Amino acid sequence: MGLNIALAGNPNCGKTTMFNDLTGANQYVGNWPGVTVEKKEGKYKGDKSITVTDLPGVYSLSPYSPEEIVTRDYLLSGAPDVVVNLVDATNLERNLYLTTQIINLGVPVVVALNMMDLVEKNGDKIDVAKLSQKIGCPIVETTALRGRGMEDLMNTAIEAAKKHQLPASTMRFTNDVEEALGKIIDILGSRVKGDQARWFAIKLFEGEQMTIDGLGLSAGDLSKIAAIREAVENDEDDDAESIITDERYGIITDVADECVKKSTKGMTTTQKIDRVVTNRILGLPIFVVIMFLVYYISVSTVGTYVTDWANDGLFGDGWLYTGTEQYGADAEEYEGYQAQIDAYLEAAEEDGLDVEGFTAAIEAEEPTVEDEEAIENFMYAADSAGIVGELEVEDEDTGAVSIERVDSAAFAAALEQEEPDPADYGFYHVGVPVVVGGWLEAIDAAPWVQSLILDGIIAGVGAVIGFIPQLIVLFILLGILEGCGYMARVAFIMDRIFRRFGLSGKSFIPMLIASGCGVPAVMATKTIENEKDRRMTIMTTTMIPCGAKLPIIALVFGALAGGDYEDTWWVGPVFYFLGLAAIIISCIMLRKFKAFAGEPAPFIMELPQYHLPTVKNVLLSMWERVKSYVVKAGTIIFLSSMVIWFLMNFGMYDGQFGLLDPEVDDYIQYSLIAGLGNLLAWIFAPLGFGSWEATVTSITGLVAKENVIATVGIITSLGEVGETDPTLWSSFAAMLGGSSVAVMAFCAFNLLCAPCFAAIGTIRRQMMSAKWTWAAIGYMTVFGWCVGLLIYQLGGLITGEVAFGPFTILALVVLAGMLFLLFRPAPKEKGVKMAKTAENAA
Amino acid sequence: MTESGAKTLRDVPVGSSAKVVKLVGEGAVKRRIMDMGITKGTEVYVRKVAPLGDPIELTVRGFELSLRKDEAQHVLVA
Repeated sequence: MGLNIALAGNPNCGKTTMFNDLTGANQYVGNWPGVTVEKKEGKYKGDKSITVTDLPGVYSLSPYSPEEIVTRDYLLSGAPDVVVNLVDATNLERNLYLTTQIINLGVPVVVALNMMDLVEKNGDKIDVAKLSQKIGCPIVETTALRGRGMEDLMNTAIEAAKKHQLPASTMRFTNDVEEALGKIIDILGSRVKGDQARWFAIKLFEGEQMTIDGLGLSAGDLSKIAAIREAVENDEDDDAESIITDERYGIITDVADECVKKSTKGMTTTQKIDRVVTNRILGLPIFVVIMFLVYYISVSTVGTYVTDWANDGLFGDGWLYTGTEQYGADAEEYEGYQAQIDAYLEAAEEDGLDVEGFTAAIEAEEPTVEDEEAIENFMYAADSAGIVGELEVEDEDTGAVSIERVDSAAFAAALEQEEPDPADYGFYHVGVPVVVGGWLEAIDAAPWVQSLILDGIIAGVGAVIGFIPQLIVLFILLGILEGCGYMARVAFIMDRIFRRFGLSGKSFIPMLIASGCGVPAVMATKTIENEKDRRMTIMTTTMIPCGAKLPIIALVFGALAGGDYEDTWWVGPVFYFLGLAAIIISCIMLRKFKAFAGEPAPFIMELPQYHLPTVKNVLLSMWERVKSYVVKAGTIIFLSSMVIWFLMNFGMYDGQFGLLDPEVDDYIQYSLIAGLGNLLAWIFAPLGFGSWEATVTSITGLVAKENVIATVGIITSLGEVGETDPTLWSSFAAMLGGSSVAVMAFCAFNLLCAPCFAAIGTIRRQMMSAKWTWAAIGYMTVFGWCVGLLIYQLGGLITGEVAFGPFTILALVVLAGMLFLLFRPAPKEKGVKMAKTAENAA
Repeated sequence: MTESGAKTLRDVPVGSSAKVVKLVGEGAVKRRIMDMGITKGTEVYVRKVAPLGDPIELTVRGFELSLRKDEAQHVLVA
């Protein structure tokens, strides 16, 4: 038959739930006005020849929002054979307002009176037969959530489509307006299809520019229509658009009075819940507690545990699930024995014994007779020489250091100890790299293949997959908040603060999550329906220091203080504050650009009724989001990691191009990335870190911010050291010429510039536009560079570390430019304060 | 945009109702307010103010609607 059925209705009236039920498609449904932004298609379960299209939820067919335009264009296009108009029976008046517009479109309409179970529960009564007669189209009672009435609805819709049964409404505007519409229909004549004449007449009467442009009427006709409109406008003392809206609602009020019998009840459940949840006094504390729980569960506890598992367990050495305590104790004990052995051997070496021969014999996998003899000889020689090793032992409880003496008996006993195997302690599995590494070794793969697979591919894919557990936890929680209707309340509560710098209250959640990780934060922007607000939030949210940026802050901390925590406690808070200030300054500045200009979006929002989210919907929302992250973000991260791996591991060494040997000291200086660093270093010279080392460090930070630490370790030939290692601090400070303002500038740049590839990939996915992705990354990087410049040049000038020069002038120009953007045209006090604080950070 | 002295929805104290007399302004904001059911003669109940003082929550035509005080200023009431 090939019928097309369109689903139209208000946001949040159960359209997507019905669509899922009809098509069996797994679309995600949110209790959040405006979740469906584009239209979706599916085949009806009962008859695959019937296509069902889910249109964006709209309150009206006005020409002011993209959703409304998408919906009306599709309905007018002639594609749908019948429109199923979903009407939330618990909110009849506002829902029927859209119905009064849809029945003018010249398409068969069937009204699905949804959520009838709730109406019955409330004790209200709706006279469906009378309502159907008034609207002039068939009405079917449904409960989409439980799949009730679906077959009846589809049969009615199919019949209406086949008969091309147009709505025959008895609802009429006032005589003046009807007369005017009649005249306009006459003027239009045969230029529009007869079925659609009433729709176009109304739109022309309203004076809607989009319709006027689309029809291409002559100037004469237009002035005739304008005269008709003005006559009515003068009579009614209002504009035509308002007259029509007023009358529509007037008609609906009458219809509702006739057809609905409301039981006189006090507050609804939703009103009762809201009396507490958005209470003037309790609202904020409740909000703080809920946000803390979301953050704590998804970022701090469950999220971290599963992410650690994915990174260290699945994509690391391995993971022990049970018996970890016993294993930890035994492993520590074993380390103690190893220390004893080392101490004893050290003493033996000083005494001139053949320690090397002994260790070689001990480590031999299949000891020969000679090996055993060598061990025996060594033990005997050492014993008779009376070797005693000395070992410093720190008491865990008191911290007191004592000297432990290791004699030959203790040494022999220590040698007997076997390394504890985590597999013996409980449920344990080894990580993917261990398995694959072993396998590659076994098939004797070339070193570059091993390096590519282990350091490039598995590390890259691991970085993507490592975030998945955390995202699952986060999206389940967000899904519950959206599903129950609290998300709209978040916007209600936070709007006041965020409107100040041109965002809406909905930007709060991404920014909170960003302090844990930028990837889910950017994904969470999906709940912001205003496009400008969403883009601006995406562009700024990763400026908050995320978990992976903390090691960089710790490194700077150490480099500045040389380990003196007392004097530099302020470093951590300063960078969080810098992140916040950067967001506020950025938002105020970005608003001054054309793409973001204009008044903040109006905040006229329905607060939907609370209801328990269904498990299916929460899981679906989680799955949709995680899936899109893996597919879209995954490919970008994967490719980028490979490129960085190639740049770091290949280069010219000894006049030959090829894979570099990590065993060679300073191997990285021969790599391609070092060359790239040299090429780009000049860019960072004004920021005080124009060496290839610092540049390369920043580039590798793109793969993952914690890589900055690893790269500093490799470049300074310290190998794998942690950010808390004092030797790393001093060599890092030396790398930047020992200048503390340069260290601060380096840190500021690395925190504010383009985020890691995982976040960039997610930004690409959310922006759904290459242009906007580059704009976002470009803005962040340039902004980070400017802040670094200000810190180094102006901060250095104040502390006397940097002399006045051309770059000082550049810094002053940048500062002036930023201040100009901040204050033009309406100065905002907040902006000044924040800008000053950002400088003070230097 | 308001005529001086005219009472707007912004001035209605929390916990009381008012009847809409007229909407001022034009374009998207005005149309959006009307589309949500705030039209001439409609009874609007101001349910509460957000914890930070703005926006406000209304009950209109049986559902909860939130809008900013600046937007409420477009609605003249009696």
